[in-house]
Amino acid sequence: MLRYLLRRLLSLVVSLVVASMVIFAMVEVVPGDPAAYMLGLNAQADTLAALREELGLNGSLVARYFDWVGGMVQGDFGTSYTYRTPVAGMVADRVAISLPLALYALALSTAIAFPAGIWAAARRGRAADVTVMGVTQLGVAIPNFWFAMLMVLVFAINLRWFNAGGFAGWDEGFFAAMKSLTLPAIALALPQASILARVMRSSLLDTLNEDFIRTARAKGLTRGQALRRHALGNALIPVLTILGMQFAFLLAGGIIIENVFYLPGLGRLVFQAISARDLIVVESVVMLLVFAVIVVNFVVDLAYAAVDPRLRARL
Amino acid sequence: MSFIRFGAATAVAMALAAMTTGAALAKTDVTLALQLEPPHLDPTSAAAGAIDSVLYANVFEGLTRFASDGSIIPGLAQSWEISEDGKTYTFHLAEGVTFHDGTTMDAEDVKFSLDRARAEDSANAQKALFAAIESVEVVDPQTVKVTLSAPTGNFLFNMAWGDAVIVAPESIEGIKQTPIGTGAFKFTNWVQGDSITLDKNADYWGTPAKLDKVTFKFISDPTAAFAAVMAEDVDIFAGFPAPENLPQFEADPRFQVLKGNTEGETILAMNNKQAPFDNPTVRSAVAHAIDRQAIIDGAMFGLGTPIGTHFAPHNPDYLDLTALSNYDPEKSKALLAEAGFADGFKTTLKLPPPSYARRGGEIIAAQLRAVGIDAEISNLEWAQWLENVFKGKDYGMTIVSHTEPFDIGIYARPDYYFQYDNPQFQADFAELEKTSDPAKRTELIHKLETTIAEDHVNAYLFELGFATIAKKGLKGLWKDAPTQASDMTAVYWDE
Repeated sequence: MLRYLLRRLLSLVVSLVVASMVIFAMVEVVPGDPAAYMLGLNAQADTLAALREELGLNGSLVARYFDWVGGMVQGDFGTSYTYRTPVAGMVADRVAISLPLALYALALSTAIAFPAGIWAAARRGRAADVTVMGVTQLGVAIPNFWFAMLMVLVFAINLRWFNAGGFAGWDEGFFAAMKSLTLPAIALALPQASILARVMRSSLLDTLNEDFIRTARAKGLTRGQALRRHALGNALIPVLTILGMQFAFLLAGGIIIENVFYLPGLGRLVFQAISARDLIVVESVVMLLVFAVIVVNFVVDLAYAAVDPRLRARL
Repeated sequence: MSFIRFGAATAVAMALAAMTTGAALAKTDVTLALQLEPPHLDPTSAAAGAIDSVLYANVFEGLTRFASDGSIIPGLAQSWEISEDGKTYTFHLAEGVTFHDGTTMDAEDVKFSLDRARAEDSANAQKALFAAIESVEVVDPQTVKVTLSAPTGNFLFNMAWGDAVIVAPESIEGIKQTPIGTGAFKFTNWVQGDSITLDKNADYWGTPAKLDKVTFKFISDPTAAFAAVMAEDVDIFAGFPAPENLPQFEADPRFQVLKGNTEGETILAMNNKQAPFDNPTVRSAVAHAIDRQAIIDGAMFGLGTPIGTHFAPHNPDYLDLTALSNYDPEKSKALLAEAGFADGFKTTLKLPPPSYARRGGEIIAAQLRAVGIDAEISNLEWAQWLENVFKGKDYGMTIVSHTEPFDIGIYARPDYYFQYDNPQFQADFAELEKTSDPAKRTELIHKLETTIAEDHVNAYLFELGFATIAKKGLKGLWKDAPTQASDMTAVYWDE
């Protein structure tokens, strides 16, 4: 177990170092001077030079890379070029929206997908299965931003149950904040739930064809009992893989939904930073997301072990 | 005894109830949405118009200021004298002005602000506004004498810009996060990515604001903007990004739609030093190939005013020179043949992100194709556009809106991205800068406008429109946008 953990830790560090180099190189190579962007069309050459100096853009690439990495190791993510505040604080503010949103969407998606997938697998080929498969096919096909706009039209403009967007802030209380995340979470959860339900169903059906299920049925269990006691646990591995990938996607990939609901989340921060050439923000946020993805994968690996005793023994 | 007390309590309760219902009737707060969020809150060290959109006139004030029609009116300077030779301006400051942190605003602060803006290490995006200043002298706490190196006819206009507002040395350190000005509203809170709140400044030296609270929301996506207005999440949307939705709001009894002009001359810029655009006949051919109304209707859904030169049509000194580059494809083809391009030519059309450029670019490319010019479109992000087109001058044509007020002076800079180098124009502009006599100025401005229109330096398309959607009952809003501002000082609910 300890060796396994050490190996994972080492690969985590190597991944982070490689990622930091790739991110830095990619972001810095793209043309576009942050100072020129900030000062606009009438700026004079001496003003530009002064600002470049102030932002520390005049050092060599290598020196700047080590400055950046060195700072991050000590928890200093640098200062945003455009906002002129510490990146760490900005990211923390945004994570306070993106993380609850991702968890909310993930909870909704699992709450819908698990029962739907199990139900469809248990009633394979019957009306319930056809319905679930049809609806999820639609869920996968519908772009989530379009579905989001539709919900805004119905629930915000016509029924006035929700605001069309924005975030109430955690200061307004838990329920006000969750309320402003509800429509975005549903929009994010729908396609994820559809994918998850389909994976759940097919994984269960595969397992139901295994010999040990036949044995379970032979010793007198009903189809439902066999499914619950023996098939479900064995079918979870592919589902967990998808779930891990979805969480990473939800955390980073909410950009479009955050735009539709004008939520000040992580995705929108990166989006704005890219167009404003706020390089340090782009680098740090992407780095953070890489870190999050790696950690999530690690947690998923541990979860495999939890559901599959064979894997546990091998560690 | 207890009966009397009960009676008194009831009276008090009734009075309180009456007061609260009275307060509820007259709404005193407003939520205003803008498309762009300011990167930080210091108008004196960035070009971002979004900073002025929130703070200009509300939180920060300058010596002079823009009124809603673009004219220059007194700001913190209540009056001024200009010396005979036009080189010395003596400003008399308003009495009893304090910054929001309670410190006094006096001549020392004015000197600090102007010296900071023109200093060697200044990060002011409009440093040119201060170039003429030779010295700033404190005469007494209420009087400042500014000496210029040469007469500058536009000096009072320059001092009205958001980049020339008066700031205090005591609060300059934190200005990017906590702006402290002298205006009728004071900054309260900024939830980054979401909103900025301003509260009424109870100690304001001038006419107090009528609203108690203004919340600025930032909604960049046009669809989200539409939804926010329709769901009445916001009371005002200034600079509504989707002109195609305006008819729907106009038909809705809940809203009023204000359509005005900005200072944005939208031009099809040509690289005057790159072949074939170094040939004026070719530039003229391009100008005649363009149907402005088709672009305004197609790209802006009718919002915008055709222009024939680089000047704002609502300015009294504007000349309508659209006839010099009227839509005439036959003439365009003839001019191309005359220039030796009877079969047309190939060039690039590099487009920055705004919809006027992206949508307008498609239409212009089609119009150019009709006369034989093959303009290859490439879409750039702003930062790339600045690097590649604006700084690198690596382009044939581009579309951009020049939003600074009175910016015809860019044609006097041969190194400016369209690289127009005409010594006569430069001399005339230098002359204008020295002139303060209004009649003489008008004459010179007309000459400048005509020169660039006749030279077809760029193809002049239209003045960018500005649409504000507000709830019915809101009064005192600006229709036009003579500078980037959302002046809330005179806004009130009248229901």
